[in-house]
Amino acid sequence: MRVYEHPILDFTREKKIKFTYNGRELEGFEGETVAAALHANGIRTMRESIHLHRPRGLFCNIGNCSSCLMIVDGKPNVRVCVEKLREGMNVMTQKGKGELK
Amino acid sequence: MLAENGVPTIEDLAQVLPAPERLARGPVAIAECFQEIPCDPCYHSCLRRAIAPFADINERPRIDHEKCNGCGLCVNRCPGLAIFVVDQTYSDSEALVKLPYEFLPLPKPGDIVSAINRSGAAVGEARVVKVQSGKQMDGTNIVWLAVPQDLSMEVRHFKMEEVR
Amino acid sequence: MIACEICVIGGGPAGLMAALHAASLGASVVIIDRNDYLGGQLIKQTHRFFGSKEQRASERGVNISRELSFAVEEEENIKVLTAATALGYYKDGVVTVEKDERFLKIKPQKIIVATGGAEKTLPFPNNDLPGVYGAGAVQTLVNVYGVKPGQRVLMVGAGNIGVIVSYQLLQAGVEVAGIVEAAPRIGAYWVHAAKVVRAGVPIYTRHTIKGAWGEKEVEGATTVELDDQWRPIPGTEKDFDVDVICLSVGLSPLTEILWQAGCAMKYVPELSGYVPLRNVDMETSVPGIYIAGDAGGIEEASAAMMEGALAGLSAARALGYSASDFNSRRANILRELENLRSGPVGEKIRKGLKKVTLIERQEFRVLPLSSNF
Repeated sequence: MRVYEHPILDFTREKKIKFTYNGRELEGFEGETVAAALHANGIRTMRESIHLHRPRGLFCNIGNCSSCLMIVDGKPNVRVCVEKLREGMNVMTQKGKGELK
Repeated sequence: MLAENGVPTIEDLAQVLPAPERLARGPVAIAECFQEIPCDPCYHSCLRRAIAPFADINERPRIDHEKCNGCGLCVNRCPGLAIFVVDQTYSDSEALVKLPYEFLPLPKPGDIVSAINRSGAAVGEARVVKVQSGKQMDGTNIVWLAVPQDLSMEVRHFKMEEVR
Repeated sequence: MIACEICVIGGGPAGLMAALHAASLGASVVIIDRNDYLGGQLIKQTHRFFGSKEQRASERGVNISRELSFAVEEEENIKVLTAATALGYYKDGVVTVEKDERFLKIKPQKIIVATGGAEKTLPFPNNDLPGVYGAGAVQTLVNVYGVKPGQRVLMVGAGNIGVIVSYQLLQAGVEVAGIVEAAPRIGAYWVHAAKVVRAGVPIYTRHTIKGAWGEKEVEGATTVELDDQWRPIPGTEKDFDVDVICLSVGLSPLTEILWQAGCAMKYVPELSGYVPLRNVDMETSVPGIYIAGDAGGIEEASAAMMEGALAGLSAARALGYSASDFNSRRANILRELENLRSGPVGEKIRKGLKKVTLIERQEFRVLPLSSNF
């Protein structure tokens, strides 16, 4: 679900990089956020709510609201709307509060 | 009504349309700008000074249709995409409507497109006569549509999907 | 500890202008922004701005952002810290910052808070489903990253943001099923509304969203018509087959730092929330702390840029910097701001500002700090 043609903007996508989402290998682009890369792959659920275990996705997309917390490379509570994608990144759906090791 | 559904009424339009005699003499700009908002680029865009100076930046544009020659510079500069040029002298059966267009793909001259009115409804067909695009337009292209004479005050947009 | 003369918190339109104007008088400025780029929300504004030449009318926000950021990077009196989040303000005047997982302390002589605003949400069943977004979130996704949120959108709210984002979704090739607006009138500039409507997106005033549905994500939405008392009219429900619901129901000023600093705050509905009292030169009740832009009340980017310019000049002036044309520059900015707000669409802002703008500094002194009166 990417935009390829735009009347005003030019999306220069540079280096393609690979990352894993719940063990699945996906592709994204350098310079984009984890949330953007997941959306481009059609994935909109980021975590499960703490008490009612309801699916939660992106809401504010600018690092304000904590709706999009995921486990990134083992670290919980990462706001994936402002976290840049890196080669080989391991992204997982967060369930509950997340455990700090 | 504009404030309720975004569509100007006949009474709104009556305030901004040029006189029939002026329309009969060739291309002229029509500013369909019905609200006092802080905005004045149209005034600065007009080389002929056909748009009256703004005493206050919130004033609505007042076009002197006698001074206006329908060049279309203001069509490109209006941030609200609210200015159109109409030329009723294009041919006996057709009028020309020049409108701002910020979508892709752009049509090509000769294309037949669906002519759309201010409510977003298809009202007939239009033929693309010219497309002013390129870097200097900064994304706000101007498309020239030939439409039936009786639709020159109706057609303000077009859709490509309808191309036959 | 980083010592500096002026710290600007937030590198959006207000903060960038504040930094540039303060530096132009000779003050040394540190500008911090939690994003790894400057420009704030300007970077996703693909439409042409209103206003006059002074606010770069007819230019697109994304280009203004590029120019201002470049000017800031070029200015040797300004040090830029991006990916730096302001964490707190302490009573000894220290601002703490997280950058690259490290804790920094900045001790400025003056602070300009230009933190902007945050999107509000709306209560309705299933509003927590993935697929319900703030309109600005979708704008970021589409215009910054070129990624679509879904196939078909219902927009809730016909203010400028809702209508502009609807138009920008169309430009990106996303379908917009309609815009619902609970108020009886469209809040957006009518020219914006007109261009969206003729592009095929109906605007339904006196309508709101009744609920979203879907198992794991949004699969649709139900809207309902409202009566004169804004109550739902039974039997007027309509189903929309959409996979995205965008909420454009206003912004709130981001004021945490101002509360921490003990600035006198007041709830002003016209400015969309709690905002600090300030004098005409943008200084709050805490001497040396200035505000600019949406943090001081939700308005347009054009006004935010002018407020930033004013706050930058004022803060630098308070440090003893000046220029031969200082008075005319200040007067010019004040006049521009007045012009922007003078029309009927500026009425709400004028009313709101009247409640929080105090002319004389002395007026602050008698007020208890952080009072809501």
